[in-house]
Amino acid sequence: MKAADSLLASLRRELFASRSDGVISVGLLVLIGAAVAGLLRWAFGQAQWVVIQANTTLFALGRYPLEQQWRIWLLVALLAMATGLSWGLLRANPRADRSGVLWPGNDRIAVAVLAFLAAWGPAALGLALPLQLRWWAITALLLILRWASGRWGRRLPAGLLRWVPLIWPLLYLLGMVLISGGLGLIQVPPSEWGGLLLTVLMASFAILASFPIGVLMALGRRSELPLLRWGSVLYIEFIRGAPLITLLFLGQNILGFLLPGGLAPDRVWRAAWVLTFFCGAYVAEAVRAGLASVPGGQQEAARSLGLSVPQALQHVVLPQALRIALPATVGQFISLLQDTTLLSLIGLLELLGTARTVMANPEFLGKNAEVYLTLAVLFWCCCAALGLGSRALERRLDPSNTPA
Amino acid sequence: MTPEPRAIPWWRDRRVVPWLVQGGVGLVVLVVIALLLGNLVRNLTAAGLLLSWRWLGQPASFDVAESLIPFDAAMPYWRALLVGLVNSLRAILVGLVGATLLGTAVGMAAYSGNGLVRRLGRVYVELIRNIPLLLQLLFWYFVVFLSFRNGTEALQLPGVVLAKSGLYLAWFAEGWRWQGPELVNGVWQAPWRFSVEFAALLTGLITYTGAFVAEVVRGGIAAVPKGQWEAATSLGLHWGASMRRVVLPQALPVIIPGLNSQYISLAKNSALAVAVGYADLYSVAETTLNQTGRALEVFLLLLGAYLVIDLVISLLMNGLNQLVQIRER
Repeated sequence: MKAADSLLASLRRELFASRSDGVISVGLLVLIGAAVAGLLRWAFGQAQWVVIQANTTLFALGRYPLEQQWRIWLLVALLAMATGLSWGLLRANPRADRSGVLWPGNDRIAVAVLAFLAAWGPAALGLALPLQLRWWAITALLLILRWASGRWGRRLPAGLLRWVPLIWPLLYLLGMVLISGGLGLIQVPPSEWGGLLLTVLMASFAILASFPIGVLMALGRRSELPLLRWGSVLYIEFIRGAPLITLLFLGQNILGFLLPGGLAPDRVWRAAWVLTFFCGAYVAEAVRAGLASVPGGQQEAARSLGLSVPQALQHVVLPQALRIALPATVGQFISLLQDTTLLSLIGLLELLGTARTVMANPEFLGKNAEVYLTLAVLFWCCCAALGLGSRALERRLDPSNTPA
Repeated sequence: MTPEPRAIPWWRDRRVVPWLVQGGVGLVVLVVIALLLGNLVRNLTAAGLLLSWRWLGQPASFDVAESLIPFDAAMPYWRALLVGLVNSLRAILVGLVGATLLGTAVGMAAYSGNGLVRRLGRVYVELIRNIPLLLQLLFWYFVVFLSFRNGTEALQLPGVVLAKSGLYLAWFAEGWRWQGPELVNGVWQAPWRFSVEFAALLTGLITYTGAFVAEVVRGGIAAVPKGQWEAATSLGLHWGASMRRVVLPQALPVIIPGLNSQYISLAKNSALAVAVGYADLYSVAETTLNQTGRALEVFLLLLGAYLVIDLVISLLMNGLNQLVQIRER
């Protein structure tokens, strides 16, 4: 009875504290109820989700050649294995913070969500049975590796464990080869990449490549050497002053004139580099704020211990600055992921561009709401997950949380 | 025996190293820039597109969908670009006002005594911030605004009519007579009409930027000590009055710098109007490029225009910031 009482009491306090509050609450509840009911009625009655179900391959891969798609499946399987391995090892070697909370904490909920998605997603998308089986197999692979490495990971020698994070950069390079070809695989030109594949590729490339640019430019902007400082300021302010779409315009229409004939990369890579330099300027501002918040005494203390300027930066100043800059940097990466949609305006077929070609198909004309809503849910989940991950990482890196 | 003090080699001399580094970096940058510019001049000359502004005076020979200043296809390119600029400025101005009002309301809602209002504000902010603006704009245009009907089937609210042909608002007609939208021969007429493109762009920009402004306002209010609330309440002020007369004025010095960057990002985001077919500066510039092939000049014009807009917003906001600084006696 206690729980029910406190629930009633909190409801009373939160929603019906005064007469006007009560009126507002009831009005809002009616509005929310009507909106949710309308949305549900539309989603399960009028909406024709067949536009998504009939085009899953197009949304996922664009015009990637059908007979080469096994390479993407292989890549997804490898990614699942790497994820399972890393996840399991993190569980096997949990580090408790001062309040005794383990990180990662209880991850059964994550496993349940993953299992549910694997069971429900492929069926809801109306995939053929063999494809559904593949997704189940890949999810099973991930979960089995998580379980196995979580169980036996502790017994691995420490020397080996240190090399495990290296599988991620290696996998990234391998993924590039698998996607674009080379090393005996048939070449698939970037113009044939599309859909979610192109979105993820563009975003991940720009995020990885923009980070060093951002750190360098932030250091340059705080440098005492006037030439470096003014160069960095010019770059950062030029990029931040212009809308991304005009910079993409620059990349598509002018970059070809700036480089000697034949050296200009193709349209996809031009856009990728524009995104990279764009994001670099914003990361630089985030990192600069981080650098500014490290007390000057840290640098002086490191120097007086005999570290050189680069050593002091590397071992003392940057680790602190980057930890402080982490939330803002991840925020930039989230908005970069969202900004990849602008590529559809310059004619690239990433997720939104593919969606627009699908909706231009006479068979699916007027199915805008279904397609846009699906994309919105997809982007929302990715961005929210990145934000959650950033907060978890922040907690883990917080020195007040690590045991003494 | 003490070791002989060795002379420091010149390449490690404190007075020389900075100049060496700067010289090296400067040389690399100069060489790269020289190479790029050389290529640019060579390639542009080969294409017959060397920097020139004479084409701005030639007739544009395309129409701009909506315009506040008189324009037709026989007028020169500079006039078309000016029409685009005016359209952009109109969207930015209305967008700034709308986003500020919406954002302030939602930001204040985070401190409401009503739990439902607080959570609704949170849901709105989290929903909007994690979905790309371009997607939202396309949604507003293709799914919401283009689904309205024309004529008698249009959505009719008191003083407002939403039709496929535009958004009609009641306003004072001649002689200070309040006039609502009315149907004349199957076509809506009203003192104020906005195109659906403009309405979709503004709805998207305002709801998107509003979420960010709400976060700025919430942060600013959070920076005001709690004792100020308590003091205002104990003086007998109710929630609205404490917020308006005590808390918000003290939050403004924190809020305004945050607003500045949100306003600039709204101005830049207004270039996405091209996706919903609103004839803003970027959209006119793109048409101009397609007709003339003058990529470099068009890019320079775009860059200059947006830099000036950003600068003006920054200057105004800095001036405003000076005004609201708390003066201590």
